[in-house]
Amino acid sequence: MIWIALGGGVGALVRYLLDTSVNAQSRRRWPKLGLPVGTVLINVTGSLLLGLFAGWLMFHTGDAPWKLAVGAGLLGGFTTFSTASVEAARLIIAGRWQAAAVHAVGMLTAGVGAAALGVWIAA
Amino acid sequence: MSRAVNASLIVIGGMAGTAVRASLEAWFPATAGQWPWATFWINISGSLLLGGLLETLAAFDDAGWPRSVRLGVGTGFFGGYTTYSSFSVETVALLRSGDWFGGIGYAVLSVGIGIAAALLAMVVVRRLRHAGEAT
Repeated sequence: MIWIALGGGVGALVRYLLDTSVNAQSRRRWPKLGLPVGTVLINVTGSLLLGLFAGWLMFHTGDAPWKLAVGAGLLGGFTTFSTASVEAARLIIAGRWQAAAVHAVGMLTAGVGAAALGVWIAA
Repeated sequence: MSRAVNASLIVIGGMAGTAVRASLEAWFPATAGQWPWATFWINISGSLLLGGLLETLAAFDDAGWPRSVRLGVGTGFFGGYTTYSSFSVETVALLRSGDWFGGIGYAVLSVGIGIAAALLAMVVVRRLRHAGEAT
């Protein structure tokens, strides 16, 4: 459990650093976009990596503790569902229904698509 | 507050949130082809609580202890507690097992109820704050 937790702690820190820099970059380059793209990028890449990892595990079974530390810990801590929900809710509160729908549906299709791609590549 | 302290708060919060999620997933494991209830409730409860927390903190300047709480509990704990990667892979597993209804239902209900939960918490906190200011 300590390795899973450590993975989660590292994943959370990487998420924070990436989210902060991606959102700052996108605000500067596309000031009119007004969408928090950091979490989208994080959740899509995390889904791709976990898909790759899960596909690989289908043929490399066995109980190694580092597998849970990477899958449930590092990638689970890296990606986040709660921030995604709050970001969409904030857009709704601001009256930006369309932006909220694009954000939520875009992240969902890209995330699930990336996970499917990862499983397909690795399996 | 120094960068090192903020980074430590995020790591400690992320460790605690991940440990709670991993324990819940271990106690209520999802068997193959079944609705992943543990992840489902983790993501919805995390969305609700993060919405309430961030809306509560919105009453303060993002500096000092409110910033520490936001980074440690919000970014760290609730970010580590909830997960999008497991959610995506579980959706793919349901779809691959041929359960299209279950896969699409799990995906749409998780996202929809998650956003509704965050929205509900934010609106309730906002109302309470305004009621407090009015008196």
